[in-house]
Amino acid sequence: MKYVDEFRDGDTARALAKRIKEEADPERDYRLMEFCGGHTHAIFRFGIADLMPDNIRFIHGPGCPVCVLPAGRIEAAIRLVEEKNIILCTYADLMRVPAGKRDSLQKAKARGADIRMIYSPTDALVLARENPNREVAFLAIGFETTTPPTAAAINIAQAEGLKNFSVFCNHVETPAAMMHILSAGETKIDGILGPSHVSTIIGSNAYADCCDRYGVPLVIAGFEPLDVIQSVLMLVRQINAGLAVVENQYTRAVSTTGNQKAKALMNELFEQRPLFEWRGLGVLPESAVQIRSAFSDFDSEKRFEIKEIVAADIKGCICPAVLRGMNNPDECKLFGTACTPEDPKGACMVSSEGACAAYYSYGRHLNTKATT
Amino acid sequence: MSRLDIKHGVIEMGHGSGGRSSATLIDEIFVCHFDNEFLNQGNDQAAFNVPAGRMVISTDGHVITPLFFPGGDIGSLSVHGTINDVTMSGAKPLYLSASFILEEGFPLSELETIVISMAKASKDAGVPVVTGDTKVVERGKGDGVFITTTGIGVVPEGINISGDQAKPGDAIIVSGSIGDHGIAILSSREGLQFDTTIQSDSAALHKLVAEMVAVTPEVHCLRDPTRGGLATTLNELARQSHVGISLVETSIPIKAEVKGACELLGLDPLYIANEGKLVCIVAGEDAEQLLAVMRQHKLGQNAAIIGHVTEDQHHMVIMQTAFGGKRVVDWLAGEQLPRIC
Repeated sequence: MKYVDEFRDGDTARALAKRIKEEADPERDYRLMEFCGGHTHAIFRFGIADLMPDNIRFIHGPGCPVCVLPAGRIEAAIRLVEEKNIILCTYADLMRVPAGKRDSLQKAKARGADIRMIYSPTDALVLARENPNREVAFLAIGFETTTPPTAAAINIAQAEGLKNFSVFCNHVETPAAMMHILSAGETKIDGILGPSHVSTIIGSNAYADCCDRYGVPLVIAGFEPLDVIQSVLMLVRQINAGLAVVENQYTRAVSTTGNQKAKALMNELFEQRPLFEWRGLGVLPESAVQIRSAFSDFDSEKRFEIKEIVAADIKGCICPAVLRGMNNPDECKLFGTACTPEDPKGACMVSSEGACAAYYSYGRHLNTKATT
Repeated sequence: MSRLDIKHGVIEMGHGSGGRSSATLIDEIFVCHFDNEFLNQGNDQAAFNVPAGRMVISTDGHVITPLFFPGGDIGSLSVHGTINDVTMSGAKPLYLSASFILEEGFPLSELETIVISMAKASKDAGVPVVTGDTKVVERGKGDGVFITTTGIGVVPEGINISGDQAKPGDAIIVSGSIGDHGIAILSSREGLQFDTTIQSDSAALHKLVAEMVAVTPEVHCLRDPTRGGLATTLNELARQSHVGISLVETSIPIKAEVKGACELLGLDPLYIANEGKLVCIVAGEDAEQLLAVMRQHKLGQNAAIIGHVTEDQHHMVIMQTAFGGKRVVDWLAGEQLPRIC
C-alpha cells in the first residue's frame, strides 16, 4: 500500500528507536503526552511502546472526541430524539457511549428511537431532503477536524432552504484543552506529541502560546507509527537541549497557518461558547464553539430548546483522571472487570481511540492483572 | 394452476398460505431450479440412506444487507456458509435444507435470481437442497428475504477435528487473503458506496478440506473466520483449547485493496468477515506438508502459516507487529464501527 507502508517500515522504526535509546539521557525521565486518541491508538496498535527505552513514558491525553463528550449531552440527545420524535444522525462511534443511568444512543435506538449512523454531515442533508415532513438533527462532535464539514453542511442547508435540518453542536477546541491540562499542572509533562489532523486545519502556529507559557516542547506528529517515533526523537532532542518550541514533523500535511478556507468557514458559522463541559476536564471557558445567531434556525439547541443536563459520572470510573493524564487505565478498579469494550462504563473504553480501549484491546499483555 | 408472473410479480401473503399459490411458487421457483430427486418427490421431508460413521449437523441463518454484492448474493452465501460449517469438522457434506422467510412485496424476479444462484452453488458443490420451507411475512416485517440453511454430513473414520484440540507448538495456517467478503459487502452498502475491485470470497471449502484431511488426518482444529474475522476466530480457538496464540503480522495475507479500504474506513482487517477461508491448526511438524497440499488447491493457493500455538493461562492472542512491537489481538467488541477521525 503505497504512501502507507512507507510509514510503517519496521527496519526504519528499529533504526529510529536505536537513536532514541542513544540520545535519551538515562539519568532522567521523559513523560510525553500524546494529545490525540489517534496517537494512543497507533502507539498500542503498532506496539511502539515496546520499542522505547524504559525512561520514556507515554501519558495519554484527552484528544478523543467521543471520550470528552459529557454524559449530559448524550442524555440531552436521547431526550431530543425520544421526546420530539425526530431523526437523529450521528457518527457511529458515539452510539455506545454511556449516558447517565446506563443508557446510550444504541439502547435508545433499540427502544425505537430513530437514530441513524452516518459517515458525513452531508448524509444528514440527504436524509433531510428525503424526509421533508420530519425534523432531522445532526449530533455533531469532534475537534477542529470535524467542525468544518459541519459548517459546510449548515451552509448547504441554508443555500437550499432546507427547513427541517439542524445541528446539535458539540464541537470543541484543541488548544483550550491543552492549555487547561498544562495550567492545572496535575501531572508532569515534559513534551507533547501534537495533533496531526487537527493541525492540518488550525496550523502549527496555534500551539506557540502553549509552548511559550508553560515551557513545554511540542512536536506535531503524523498518525503513522514512523511519524510517532520520529516525533519522539525530536521531543527528546528538544528536552535535552532545554528547548520549548513548536516543531512540525507532519510537514507533508500541516502548514504554519493551517487551512485558511476551513478556518474562514468555521469562523463564519461558529462563535466561541463562553463555557462548555468536557468529560474529565470539567467546565472550561472558551473551549468549544456554538452556532452563530445568524444561523440559529439550524441550531438544534435553540430550535428544540434543549436544556443543559448534568449527568453524574460513573462511580469508581477514573476516566476523568485518565483524560487528564494523571492515571493509567489499568489503575482503575473497573478496568477489565466491570468495564470492558463489550460493556463500557467509562467513555475512554468506548472509542478505539480512547486510552482504556486501546490499553485493553492491544496492550493487555503488558499487564496481566486485567486479563479475564 | 395459473403461472407466476416472475418478471413483474411480487410476493403476496397468499404465497405463504399453504394453498394453491404456495404450491405454484414452490414449483416454479424452488423445485424447478433446485431440481433433484428428493425435492421432486414433493414430500415435507427428504428420506435418504446414510453411510456409517459420525454425522454432523449445522444450521445458519442469513440476514444480509445488501442481498446482492460483488462476488455473490444471499443465495450462494447461504449454501457456502452452511457447507463450510459442516466441513469444519472434517466432514463430507451430503445434504442441505433451506427455509425462506419472504417479505410481502419482494419482487419474484429477485427471488428467482437468488434461487438460481443458490441452485448453482449447490450443484457446483455437489450438495443438493433436498427439503425446504417457505413463509411470508407482512410488508415491513422482514428485510426482503431471510434464508436459513441446515446441512448434514458424515465424518470420515479416524478424523477428530474440534476447536479444543490446539496444543502448544502447533502451527496456524490460514487458507488465503482475509477481509475480502466484509469489504465487498461494505463497498455496496447504502451510504458507503465506494469503488473497489474486491469481490466476496464466498466459496464452499469442502473439497479443499477433503484434500487436507486425506494427507493429514491429524488436523487438530478447523474453523471458518466469518463474522468477527480472523481475530475473533483465533480468540475462540485459544479459549476453547486453553492455549495462547502468537501471530506474525507480516505473514498474514491481506490484499492491498482490502488494506486500503480498511485504512480509509478506520477498520482492522483482522476483524473483517470472510466466507471462503479457513483457519487450520495442525502439529508443527505436519504444517509444511499440509501447506503444500493446500496451495495446490484453487481455494488455498495463497495459504500461509501465520503463527503458532503457545502456552498461556490467559488464552491471549498476541501479534508480533510488522513494526517490531507486540500487541494483543482481542475479541471483536460489539460491532466494528468506522472511526470518526
